Amino acid sequence: MRLTLHVWRQKGPQDPGRFATYELEDVSTHMSFLEMLDVLNQDLIGRGEEPIAFEHDCREGICGSCGMVIDGVPHGTQPGTTCCQLHMRHFSDGDEVVVEPWRARAFPVVKDLVVNRSAFDRIVQAGGFISARIGSAPDGNAIPIPKATAERAMDFAECIGCGACVAACPNSAAMLFVAAKIAHLGLLPQGQPERLERAKAMVEQMEREAFGACTNYRACEAACPKEISIQAIAMMNRDFRKAMLSGTGHIGGKRKR
Amino acid sequence: MKLDARIPSGPMPEKWTRLQEEVKLVNPANRRKYSVIVVGTGLAGASAAASLGELGFRVQAFFYHDSARRAHSIAAQGGINASKNYQNDGDSVHRLFYDTVKGGDFRAREANVHRLAELSMAIIDQAVASGVPFAREYSGYLANRSFGGALVSRTFYSRGQTGQQLLLGAYSSLAAQVAAGTVVAHPRTEMLDLVVVDGRARGIVTRDLSTGKVESWAADAVLLCTGGYSNVFFLSTNAKNCNTTAIWRAYRRGAGFANPCFTQIHPTCIPQSGDYQSKLTLMSESLRNDGRVWVPKRAGDNRSPDQVPEEERDYYLERMYPSYGNLAPRDISSRAAKHMCDEGRGVGPGGRGVYLDFSDSTRRLGEHVIRDRYGNLFEMYERITGEDPYRVPMRIYPAPHYTMGGLWVDYHLMSTIPGLFVLGEANFSDHGANRLGASALMQGLADGYFVIPYTLAAYLANTQQTAVSPGQAEFREVEAEVEDRVKRLLAAKGSRSVDACYRELGKVMFEACGMSRTAEGLTAAIDTIRGLKEAYWKDVRVLGEAADFNQELEKAGRVADFFELAELMCVDALTREESCGGHFREEHQMADGEAKRDDESFCHVTVWEHAGDGKAPVEHREPLEFESVKLATRSYK
Repeated sequence: MRLTLHVWRQKGPQDPGRFATYELEDVSTHMSFLEMLDVLNQDLIGRGEEPIAFEHDCREGICGSCGMVIDGVPHGTQPGTTCCQLHMRHFSDGDEVVVEPWRARAFPVVKDLVVNRSAFDRIVQAGGFISARIGSAPDGNAIPIPKATAERAMDFAECIGCGACVAACPNSAAMLFVAAKIAHLGLLPQGQPERLERAKAMVEQMEREAFGACTNYRACEAACPKEISIQAIAMMNRDFRKAMLSGTGHIGGKRKR
Repeated sequence: MKLDARIPSGPMPEKWTRLQEEVKLVNPANRRKYSVIVVGTGLAGASAAASLGELGFRVQAFFYHDSARRAHSIAAQGGINASKNYQNDGDSVHRLFYDTVKGGDFRAREANVHRLAELSMAIIDQAVASGVPFAREYSGYLANRSFGGALVSRTFYSRGQTGQQLLLGAYSSLAAQVAAGTVVAHPRTEMLDLVVVDGRARGIVTRDLSTGKVESWAADAVLLCTGGYSNVFFLSTNAKNCNTTAIWRAYRRGAGFANPCFTQIHPTCIPQSGDYQSKLTLMSESLRNDGRVWVPKRAGDNRSPDQVPEEERDYYLERMYPSYGNLAPRDISSRAAKHMCDEGRGVGPGGRGVYLDFSDSTRRLGEHVIRDRYGNLFEMYERITGEDPYRVPMRIYPAPHYTMGGLWVDYHLMSTIPGLFVLGEANFSDHGANRLGASALMQGLADGYFVIPYTLAAYLANTQQTAVSPGQAEFREVEAEVEDRVKRLLAAKGSRSVDACYRELGKVMFEACGMSRTAEGLTAAIDTIRGLKEAYWKDVRVLGEAADFNQELEKAGRVADFFELAELMCVDALTREESCGGHFREEHQMADGEAKRDDESFCHVTVWEHAGDGKAPVEHREPLEFESVKLATRSYK
C-alpha cells in the first residue's frame, strides 16, 4: 500500500523543529510500524539524508523504549498496543499518517522522535522501591499473599514506563505512572512498612518535575499500552492524604521539640 | 594465558560455603574507599550495582538506555528456576544442578553450576521481598510451572513477564542506592573500550550517546554485565541494541573468550514474514506445557490445519522423545523443527514453520484456563500475525536467542584480566553447550546479588593497587583509539547502509554457524566474513556527526565488532570436532541423527586469546572434570 508520512524532525533540544513529508510505496501489511520506519530510514540513507531518530529496543512491547504520537494518539489507535507491536494491517492504502514525539515539558526532545524521560527515574529514586536489604529476605512462602491481591498488584506492576500516559494527558500529568508503582507496592504485604512514606516521597518528586496535575480526563488510561486502570490514581491519592494527615516522615513516639 | 579456575577444595556441596567462610572481606569503613564500574543494568548488572552499593562500595553504573529499567532482561517471559521443592515432586539442589549440567550436555563447569543451584532459592526470597508479584496459588503460596529439560515443576513466574518483574525489582533496589548516593548512574553512556593498567582492569572509555563526548573513567575493578551476542545473526530474539562491543573490546585487551560457538536457537519463535523483518519474537517455552507441536505427515501438504485429520498429523516431539515430549530441551526441539521443514513438511509461508496447537488442552482445561496462563502471549501473537491462536494453531520456528559462550571466568567470576569480572550472559560459566529454560534469570541474579559481593571483596582485599586517574597516558591512548574508530566509520562515506552490510553477515552466520554446522560451510563462511568485513570498512555509509545523538553511528561501531566476533565463532565451531548441545556438527551424529559428543577429545572449555589483527587467535583449554555427575549420553527419549 501507499502512505504519506508527516514526521516531526528536530535536530536537537534547541532546534524549533518542523514536519517533513515522505511518500512511501509498497508498504507491506505484515510490517510493524517501526519496520515501516526502518524501511523509510534505509531509503533516506540511500538518498544521503539523515535517518529519523526514534527510540526502540525490544520490539516486543515490554522495554518501554519506543513511543511516538501517531495521528494524535500515543502509540497509535490500536488499544493496548505499543507502537513496536502496531502493525501496518491497521492502516489503509493512501492514508496520511502524522508522527510526533511525546509532547510534554517534562520530556524535552533529544532529537526527532526521541525525548528525555529521566524524570521518571528520579520519581522512582524518590521512593519507588521496598528497601529490603539484599540477603535478609525470609522464605518466599513465609507471607502468603492472596491470589487476587497478587494478580491485582501485577496488573499495576505491568507498567513499562514508556510515558504514553504523560503524552496523552492534556495537562501532561504523570499520575498514572506514579500511581501504578504506588499501587503495585502498596497492595503487597512486603510494601506496607514504607507505604505512606513512599506515596508522599514519590508524589512530592513528581510535583518537583515539570508534570501537570490530574483533572480526571482519563486519557492516560485510554492510551496506556498495558491498559492500567486509573484506580491506581485513587489508591495513590488515598495513600498520599493518609501520609499528609498522619504526619508520615516524623519518625518516633516522642514529643517533637 | 593462564587458566586457573580457582575452584575451592572439598566436596561439591561444600565448595561455595567454604569460599564464603574463608574469603577475605573488606572492613565496612574501608569499602567506600573502593570504586567499582558496572557496565550494563540488566538482571546481573542492576543486582550487582545494588548489592555493592548497599555494602558501601562506590559504584558507577553505565548503560546505553535512557533508563536502567530497559535492559533486555526485561523481555524474558517464562520464568525463573529454583530448587524450592514447594511442589513436593522430588526437586532438590542436586537435581537442579544435575538437570543443568545434563541440559548443558556436560560442557559446563560443575562447581559453578552447583553454586547456582544452591543460590536459586535465595533469589526467589529476595525477589518476593523486593515486591515481585509472582503467581500465587489460591492458598496464597507461590505457584510453579514446568519448563523444558526437567521432570519437576520448579519454575516461578509472573504471567508471561517474569523478566520484567525481576528486573523492575533489581532496578528499584538500584534506584534506592542511587538515592542513597552509593551508586552513580550514567544513562545513555556506552562503553567502547576497556583500560588495562599494569595488567589489571582499571577503567573504561565511554561515549555519551546524547553529545558524542568520549570520556574515561577509572576504578579499582570493572564488572561487565553486558549480555549476549545473538544479534551477530542479525535476526534474533534479542533487543535491537544488544551487542558484543563491551566483551569484544575486553577480549581484544586480553580477556579469554570461551566457547564462542555455543549459541542457543530457541524453538518457539514467530516465523519471519518478510525481507524487512527487523527481529524475531519469542513465544515463551512455557507454552509447550500445554501446546502440542506437530506438522502434517505428508510433505507438501498445504491444507489449513483444521482440515488435516488427527491421523495425518505427526506430533514429532512426542513420537521421538516420549518421556519429555513437547518439553524436550531447546537445542533438540529446534533441530527437530528444522528437520521437519527440511523434509518439506513445514507449514506457513515459505514452509519454515511448525504448529504449536492448543486445541487439546483447551478442550481438556477450558479456554479460560488457557487464557489465564498464556493470555498475554496469545495477544502478542495475534498482534504480530493477525491470527487468533485460540482458533488457529500458532506457527513457530527456531530463532537465535541466547549465547552460552562468553568471556571466560573463574569460580570468582573474574576473567583472565585481573580486576575484570564478567556476570550473567556475558560470561560463559553455567550453561555449557545448551541452556535450559528459566535459568538465565537465575544466573544473572545469582551472579549479581550473591556471588560478586563475596568474590569482588576478596579481590579488593587481596590486591594492593596504586591510584589511577583518567588523565594518565593509558587512558589517553585508549580514548584516542576510540575516537579514531568513530572518525573512520564516519569517513568511509561509502554506498551501503550499516543494516545492508549487517543483514548479509547475519545470513552467512545463520546458514553456516546456526542450527547445524559443517567443516566445509564454516571454512567458506570464514572467508566470506573476512571479505564482508573489509568491504564494510571501505563502503559503509554513516551519516551525521560524531558530536551528536547519532543512532547509525552507534550501530555502525557495534556491527564492526560483530564482524570480528563472527569469525571467531566460526573458528571455534570448526575446531570443536564433535556435536554437543546447541553446537551440531553434521559430521558428528549418531545413526538416528542425535548429537554425537566426543568426551575423549572435547571435554573441555575452549578459550581463545587475541593475538593481534590479522593473526590467528591462540587456543587454550580448560579441562572439565566431573566428580559429582557421571558423564552420560544425554537422552530425553
